[in-house]
Amino acid sequence: MGKILVIAEQRDGKLKKSTFELLGLATQSAPAQSANETYAVLLGDGVSGLTKELEQYGATSIYLIQDASLKFYSAESYTLGVLEAIKQASPDIVLASHSPTGRDFMPKIAASLGVGLASDCTQAQISGVNLKVRRPVYAGKATVEVEFLGQGPRLATIRPNAIGAPKPISAQTAKVIPISIQFTGLNTKVIEIVKGNSARPDVAEAPVVVSGGRSLKSAENFKIIEELADVLGAAVGASRAAVDAGYRAHRDQVGQTGKVVSPVLYIACGISGAIQHLAGMRTSKCIVAINTDPEAPIFQVADYGVIGDLFAVVPLLKEELKKIKEH
Amino acid sequence: MNIYVCIKQVPDTETKIKLKPDFTWIDTSGIKWVMSPFDEYAVEEALRVKEKNAGSTVIVVSAGPTRVIECIRTALAMGADSGIHIEIPETADNNMTAKALANAMAKKETASVDLVFTGKEAIDDGSAQVSQLLAGFLGLPYVSVVLNVEYGAQSVKCKREIEGGAYEIVETALPAIIATQKGINEPRYATLPNIMKAKKKEIKTYKTSDLGISEGDQKIKFKNFELPPPKQAGKKVSGDPAAQAKELARLLHEEAKVI
Ligand SMILES: Cc1cc2nc3c(=O)[nH]c(=O)nc-3n(C[C@H](O)[C@H](O)[C@H](O)COP(=O)(O)OP(=O)(O)OC[C@H]3O[C@@H](n4cnc5c(N)ncnc54)[C@H](O)[C@@H]3O)c2cc1C
Repeated sequence: MGKILVIAEQRDGKLKKSTFELLGLATQSAPAQSANETYAVLLGDGVSGLTKELEQYGATSIYLIQDASLKFYSAESYTLGVLEAIKQASPDIVLASHSPTGRDFMPKIAASLGVGLASDCTQAQISGVNLKVRRPVYAGKATVEVEFLGQGPRLATIRPNAIGAPKPISAQTAKVIPISIQFTGLNTKVIEIVKGNSARPDVAEAPVVVSGGRSLKSAENFKIIEELADVLGAAVGASRAAVDAGYRAHRDQVGQTGKVVSPVLYIACGISGAIQHLAGMRTSKCIVAINTDPEAPIFQVADYGVIGDLFAVVPLLKEELKKIKEH
Repeated sequence: MNIYVCIKQVPDTETKIKLKPDFTWIDTSGIKWVMSPFDEYAVEEALRVKEKNAGSTVIVVSAGPTRVIECIRTALAMGADSGIHIEIPETADNNMTAKALANAMAKKETASVDLVFTGKEAIDDGSAQVSQLLAGFLGLPYVSVVLNVEYGAQSVKCKREIEGGAYEIVETALPAIIATQKGINEPRYATLPNIMKAKKKEIKTYKTSDLGISEGDQKIKFKNFELPPPKQAGKKVSGDPAAQAKELARLLHEEAKVI
């Protein structure tokens, strides 16, 4: 039997889907006869209402750390809080999401504990106290298994969307354990969060990504990509050529020097499929390519290829998908 | 001001990755090595800080096999003042690397640390751990994925990229570690005279034993390397655009079941 601590992640009082993925990993990989103990730690200000959901997804004990200073994420305060939860739970395995938050503070936890961290894992399996993970290297041009050396808890950050999302499990009650910490003498302070001006999901987290390339020819033309994305609740991605041309912000860039994504569905519109772009999206579960050039390398990784003009196909595809969605 | 920049040499992004026959590492033969792109922003940012603060020094540190000296020279040619090379196997993990970097900076004979830049991640292992581990070993605060910095006398204000196109404005006391993201600046190219000058700049070399690093500092190990399985040829959707759109929508819904 293993003790697993899942670091819950919330923003603006809403739990991230990746938190449920982690809870699913912790609870479902346990053989029935030796159920894992699944702990969660939740940090924030006025977030106690979220413990119910953590419970529904299988957390049996929840450490609740609330403080006005936790209104915004900060590496220093999260590190203090998570270390305290680790001290109390003495887990065998600690899991966080490889999100902008998890990837920021988990290495600091590893340094504080003097243990190793497997980051950005796309496959994970738990049996007893053992954590077996694989992760991409060279932006997905290869994958490796990570072996943990030495003693101490095994730490991993898991890429959002890479492991399946679980359904809530049976009614059970979790023990909520409040922890109070004095967050004083910190060196860093988040002064402000500047919200993005888009309601669209983030490329790195979205289950569906619609991307456009240089062939879109202008920032305005990306409107047709956005409209298709909106029908699918998708994020909008871009090739580097589109970013460098100023059509999209760098945060939307998919690829080796942008974001590495593995959504359920990736639709590449007018993207040639350069090696640096493929590195960032080839692990997507289903890939669609729309391109006028039948020789474009993107077709080598596409599950469905449409040889055609994106300006004609994309708006029509939007209408067809809308019909299916509305059905 | 003593400004350190930690850089890593990585395979060029065009590289087709091949594996060693025993799958313990990649086959590095024939690889063209370059500075990890995010580290170029780190070097550039350090040089800009130096230019605004007379009397500052930029020291580039890189851990790796002898080949990484080339990468240090590239940074010296961009304008850094001196380099430190730490001889470490390429299989060293982030923990061992960060500890070696930290211990090199903390050495009595090296300049005290006022500011440290790193790239937000290296594009080979893509772990994005070293800046934070370094912060742990040096006991300094850090800010990662930074798009802009406002420099003050005792502190800096960083614009840090988070999800959904949002940013955090983070203030941190100095000395601190800042991990740079694309967009923070436009890295300069080395000019020929500067490339010549760089050849004369000092590069100190340390062995791990000089830095108190032992095998136990390696906390994880990569093994069982695999290449992604070749993809089966996909389906081509034919017809005029209307037929293509209709058929693609049907396939996504009924066959792939992703809609
Ligand atoms: C160090 C380095 C890092 C890099 N990192 C990245 C990265 O992270 N991400 C990334 O994407 N790239 C990256 N690149 C760039 C990469 O090499 C390519 O240049 C880039 O991906 C090309 O973008 P594109 O596919 O939009 O443009 P192009 O290669 O110009 O392709 C445009 C495609 O659109 C098709 N097309 C044209 N008109 C239409 C139409 N009307 N309808 C349908 N199709 C049409 C064309 O057939 C063509 O295939 C990097 C390069 C370097 C050197």
